[in-house]
Amino acid sequence: MRILIAKPGLDGHDVGAKVVVHALMDAGFEVIYTGLHQSPERIAKAALEEDADAVGISVLSGAHMPLTKKLLAEMKKAGTGRKPLAVGGNIPPRDRKKLVELGAAAVFPTGSRFDEIVGFFRNCPVRAPE
Amino acid sequence: MAGKDPEIKEVTLESGIKVKPVYGPEDVADVDYARDIGNPGSYPFMRGIHSLMYRLQPWTMRQYSGFGTAEETNRRFKFLIENGQTGLNVAFDLPTQLGYDSDHPMAHGEVGRVGMAVSTLADFEDAFRGIPLDRISTSLTINSQAAVMIAMYAAVAEKMGFPLKDLRGTAQNDILKEYIGRGTWIYPVEQAIKLIGDTIIWCARELPKYSPVSVCGYHIRESGALPHQEMAYAFAIACAYIDHVLARGLDIDTFASRLSFNFDIHGNLFEQVAKFRAGRALWARIVREKYGAKDPKSMLMRMIAGGGGGGLTIEQPLNNIVRGAYYALISALSGTQTMALCSYDEAYTIPTEESATVSLRTMQILIEEMGLCDTVDPLAGSYCIESLTREMGARISEAMGEVGRWGGIVKAVASGAVQRQVARQAYLREKAIQSGEIRKVGVNVYRAEEEQHEVELHPFRPREAKKQVDRLRRIRRERDSAAVKRALAVLASKAATPENLMPFIMDAVKAYATVGEISDVFREVFGEFDEPVRL
Repeated sequence: MRILIAKPGLDGHDVGAKVVVHALMDAGFEVIYTGLHQSPERIAKAALEEDADAVGISVLSGAHMPLTKKLLAEMKKAGTGRKPLAVGGNIPPRDRKKLVELGAAAVFPTGSRFDEIVGFFRNCPVRAPE
Repeated sequence: MAGKDPEIKEVTLESGIKVKPVYGPEDVADVDYARDIGNPGSYPFMRGIHSLMYRLQPWTMRQYSGFGTAEETNRRFKFLIENGQTGLNVAFDLPTQLGYDSDHPMAHGEVGRVGMAVSTLADFEDAFRGIPLDRISTSLTINSQAAVMIAMYAAVAEKMGFPLKDLRGTAQNDILKEYIGRGTWIYPVEQAIKLIGDTIIWCARELPKYSPVSVCGYHIRESGALPHQEMAYAFAIACAYIDHVLARGLDIDTFASRLSFNFDIHGNLFEQVAKFRAGRALWARIVREKYGAKDPKSMLMRMIAGGGGGGLTIEQPLNNIVRGAYYALISALSGTQTMALCSYDEAYTIPTEESATVSLRTMQILIEEMGLCDTVDPLAGSYCIESLTREMGARISEAMGEVGRWGGIVKAVASGAVQRQVARQAYLREKAIQSGEIRKVGVNVYRAEEEQHEVELHPFRPREAKKQVDRLRRIRRERDSAAVKRALAVLASKAATPENLMPFIMDAVKAYATVGEISDVFREVFGEFDEPVRL
């Protein structure tokens, strides 16, 4: 299973994203990390080009709602809309349900345990292309 | 021996120092007071950079603030000043920090969110309206856009009638640490350092009381560096800026005294105090011995401290008020010049008015009620503290040696060597917290049954963002566009030359050229940093 971990938007807080990359690699996944300042469009494309089975993004600036919405739309456009998307970062409780309603497959707020995150990627359905 | 007693658990600090249960004279037998410690205000300044420290004047209190439009930020500034804050610490939103105008597609959803939105000089005019810039010092938390924001600050002060020579304050302006943590880089490393050199040289001439650079161990520590690495990498970065400016022909004593530092505070109390005492002495030695400085002012490790977001927890947020109070205590015991506490809601958001006030009161309680201003470096002479300080000094030097083996900090940052090192450490730390090996109250010990995480978040208001965008568009329509074009063309023609760009940035700013337009000139000429993403 190949996982793309991405940092969308302008937020430069990448400790969490990198920590998760390490945890996933240690758990045996193949992980591609995009680095900072990625537009949703570029992430959607990268998911296709890297042939990722799932995508994880990390947002700490508070802009997780508009960025997730935009990314899901871009993924649909790029034909990667069926790949499960996990959203991590500084996500207040009131937004967690809203992110799932938008189409996120899982939400991992700051402080989530590695076993939860690894468990999600291990069990998430790799969906067939649309 | 006590350490070998199976009953006694071994304690190792993050920096690797083994802590003894009891310290005595034998632990400091080879420490020479005059040579290694010295009086406060005397070389090597271990005990403090001034002889009387807080007896003369307490530390500057400078809570981080800024959000939404410049107008709103101006109201918050005035609120903090009315409540006894003695300096401003400006937060900018991410589009501003990354050189995008408020109406750029990359700015979508981010305008005014984590700080004040600035696109043109008009935003600075609103932000500082009615604030006595000759009395209130202002810190600008800005890096890749620092040259532009310093120019705007100078331009707005000029317009308000304050002489540039009276302006006090600091720009964060430490790009090398942005590549390691915080991430608001744009340009490649060499060009970014050149811009910082321009600000240092220009400020030395035009804004002699202003600190153009605050080298940040803070964010490096937050990204996973251990306490001794935090100091070592910060010193290596400061040396990189010094080397650059010296190579452009300046004398060390004309600018070194205006460099300052920003350090992290979370972790073991005694280790932190030792870190700062050791750091001050080491920095003084570097500036005197390596760079041959003659002016003692050049040798001072002036710092802002008090923050330590990495030590705060999402769980049981009120506990962060207590942590903040200890951070303030550590900072005061460490002889900081300026204090900016993390507010208790820092783990979620930029501070609300209430949380910023609690932070301010925390510092005021230390000053007014706890006697922290009465005696300089009150922990000096403690067997424990002096022993830890000496060990810490050795470890910082060792970590600086490691930077040398990477080929220097500039190379280590460009190749990603230092980023990989700290990211790996951050992972190990997080793993240790999750396994309970590192204990965090409220997280892996003393957890609450039913976690109540919801705290009041600083609200994001799309209407304020829209107001900012509308205003920017109006300014673009109304300004003298021929003058803007001219100024940007001159800037573009100079950008690739060794000339100092500050005067040309000033001209562009005064013509109301936007942050995005100026950054685009640099993006075009300099290119962009190619982030090493392999972990």
